[in-house]
Amino acid sequence: MSLGDYLLFIISAILVNNILLAQFLGHCPFLGVSRRMDTATGMSMAVTFVMTMAGMITWLVQYYVLVPLDIEYLQTIAFILVIASLVQLVEIVMAKSLPALYRALGIFLPLITTNCAVLGVAIININKEHSFLDTLIFSFASALGYGLALVLFAGIRERYVLVKIPKVFEGTAIGLVTAGFLALAFSGFAGLASH
Amino acid sequence: MSVKKEFTKGLWEIVPPFRLVLGLCPTLAVTTSSENGMGMGLATTFVLVCSNLLVSLLRKVIPSKVRIAAYIVIIASFVVIVELMMQAYVFPLYQALGIFIPLIVVNCIILGRAEAFAGKNGPVVSIADGLGVGLGFTISLTILGAFREILGNGTIWGVNIFWEGFEPFTFMVRAPGAFVALGVMLALINLISLKLDQRKRRAQS
Repeated sequence: MSLGDYLLFIISAILVNNILLAQFLGHCPFLGVSRRMDTATGMSMAVTFVMTMAGMITWLVQYYVLVPLDIEYLQTIAFILVIASLVQLVEIVMAKSLPALYRALGIFLPLITTNCAVLGVAIININKEHSFLDTLIFSFASALGYGLALVLFAGIRERYVLVKIPKVFEGTAIGLVTAGFLALAFSGFAGLASH
Repeated sequence: MSVKKEFTKGLWEIVPPFRLVLGLCPTLAVTTSSENGMGMGLATTFVLVCSNLLVSLLRKVIPSKVRIAAYIVIIASFVVIVELMMQAYVFPLYQALGIFIPLIVVNCIILGRAEAFAGKNGPVVSIADGLGVGLGFTISLTILGAFREILGNGTIWGVNIFWEGFEPFTFMVRAPGAFVALGVMLALINLISLKLDQRKRRAQS
């Protein structure tokens, strides 16, 4: 791929095929942590870090362990174990060496194991037969797209204190409708890059 | 604690994804038609019942420190079974659901029931709990799928129900429609339970 192709690839992963709003991955933390801006940014940073690492490691596991041993059907189990242990490892290393960052991300790290966006991106990388470099770029760009959507959404949600919401729509219901309009805005990017 | 009570609570009291706001990704992604919604619900139910049973049988064996890792391995094994079975017997559905079948592993409903219920209770009630919650999830997904299919495609279960020349409301089967449809359904459920509460209070006073 040329440099221009990579640029399109990145734009497509961040805006056009946004992992949250177009591919529907990673919604539990999306609605859970988006009530306040600081938790949303913390979660986005933690996801960016883990998703990029997990993308690379699961790619290596797929092509250097599962394929040579001819046990690709164990992909799901192998990947989820890699992600769970990676999250644990990152937590331990970060607590020792980067205590400031650990305090900022602390509570979000364990939540990431069950964030389906991380496993989803790992599986998409394998399904689309990405090369190692593609995997690295795609994982990072998808994570940026996740962060972008999450921070935008948290920004909108913080304003809810200023308006009167019908009682039955309070909480998650109005959050989902808002996410729908955000997804509508993002679908305007559809012409930027073909899939 | 009766088996019947554990079963029925999954159908209304804690029905996912409305009361138990978990497992949203498959809910939003695959409910473009009632058929896909039901397929996803049934696959999840199978994994949920099997994992609840195994977790409950092993609850005294698994040390509490590594329980989450153990639960994830148990769930992942059943997901692989479902994946291979669907590939063999219902290939079109397998293709329609795509990446969301392996992602049943990280469906928070299953891990949530293992942690909150099956890890503390006996096998019979755990199966009832799994069946109830799974069935509740299946019904919710089928209704949501039907709602989006009727408005977005003008069909139900693949059969055309509108007059000729009907212009379907494509917004509903696209990504933004998924969020709006789920949000509106959640509000409806809130409205119904609010009315039920009021009626109960009026009956008491």
